Amino acid sequence: MNHQEPKDYFGAKLGMWLFLFTELLLFGGLFLLYAVYLKRYPHEFATAGRQLDWTLGATNTVILLTSSLLAAMAVTAAQRGETRRVVALIGGTILCAAGFMVIKYFEWSAKIGHGIYPGSEQLKSGPPGESVFFSLYYITTGIHGLHVVIGALLLAWIALKARSGAVNASDYILLENGALYWHLVDLIWIFIFPLYYLVL
Amino acid sequence: MDRHEQHHIIGYRKLTGIWLVLLILTALTVAITRVELGGYKVIAALTIACAKAGLVIAFFMHMKYEGRLLRWLLFLALVTLAIFIGLTFFDVLYR
Repeated sequence: MNHQEPKDYFGAKLGMWLFLFTELLLFGGLFLLYAVYLKRYPHEFATAGRQLDWTLGATNTVILLTSSLLAAMAVTAAQRGETRRVVALIGGTILCAAGFMVIKYFEWSAKIGHGIYPGSEQLKSGPPGESVFFSLYYITTGIHGLHVVIGALLLAWIALKARSGAVNASDYILLENGALYWHLVDLIWIFIFPLYYLVL
Repeated sequence: MDRHEQHHIIGYRKLTGIWLVLLILTALTVAITRVELGGYKVIAALTIACAKAGLVIAFFMHMKYEGRLLRWLLFLALVTLAIFIGLTFFDVLYR
């Protein structure tokens, strides 16, 4: 059990960051689409954007910021060798992720219940700008939500590893990279929230 | 890479402090965008969002304590993003 494989700690982290940069460009492309269409349809975007409930968006922002804090604390706990705390903190992050997805579910189902979803009759008969807004809203928050789910599963797996002692004070790169992925999810939401819920 | 740089430990208290600042900035964004500022509120909201992103990257993601290579790579990624956003707008605004 105790034969330490030589690990390229920096290489692992570098690889994670390179992956995160590609993620940044993926969401950057979506934000770019948003910006270009906002320029083309400012009034339609305003009408459509005001239909989103900013209090739900704000709640989800607080939830994600808190989840990020817990993930960052988990890394600190791992560095200090506090295994039980690592597991508890990651558990907290995953709970936040679940809370985020529940709120997202209610948001989406309320919108879909009102006949607002890509290709719906209501959007097709309305002005094209509103249809574009909601298409972008669904694809951006959808891909982001997918990242939340993947991040939560990843962290759950890492928590199991931490509990069995495979993530510890001398080898915690797995947790560090998992936390980095989680922070990216938070980072993207920091831009989604004002753009979709607030500025319109 | 210097081992000390890699293994910098950020204390719980500092992390909590950053989180509080992030919450305050979120409240500020909401407050600013509830006021009618026209186009300025987009700029204000995005400026605050960038500040929040900077805090998350620097402290939660430990970038402040990383070596030069990672920091330059981050810079490169952001410049790439800025170039493609900038060039697109050059097209959109002056078409």
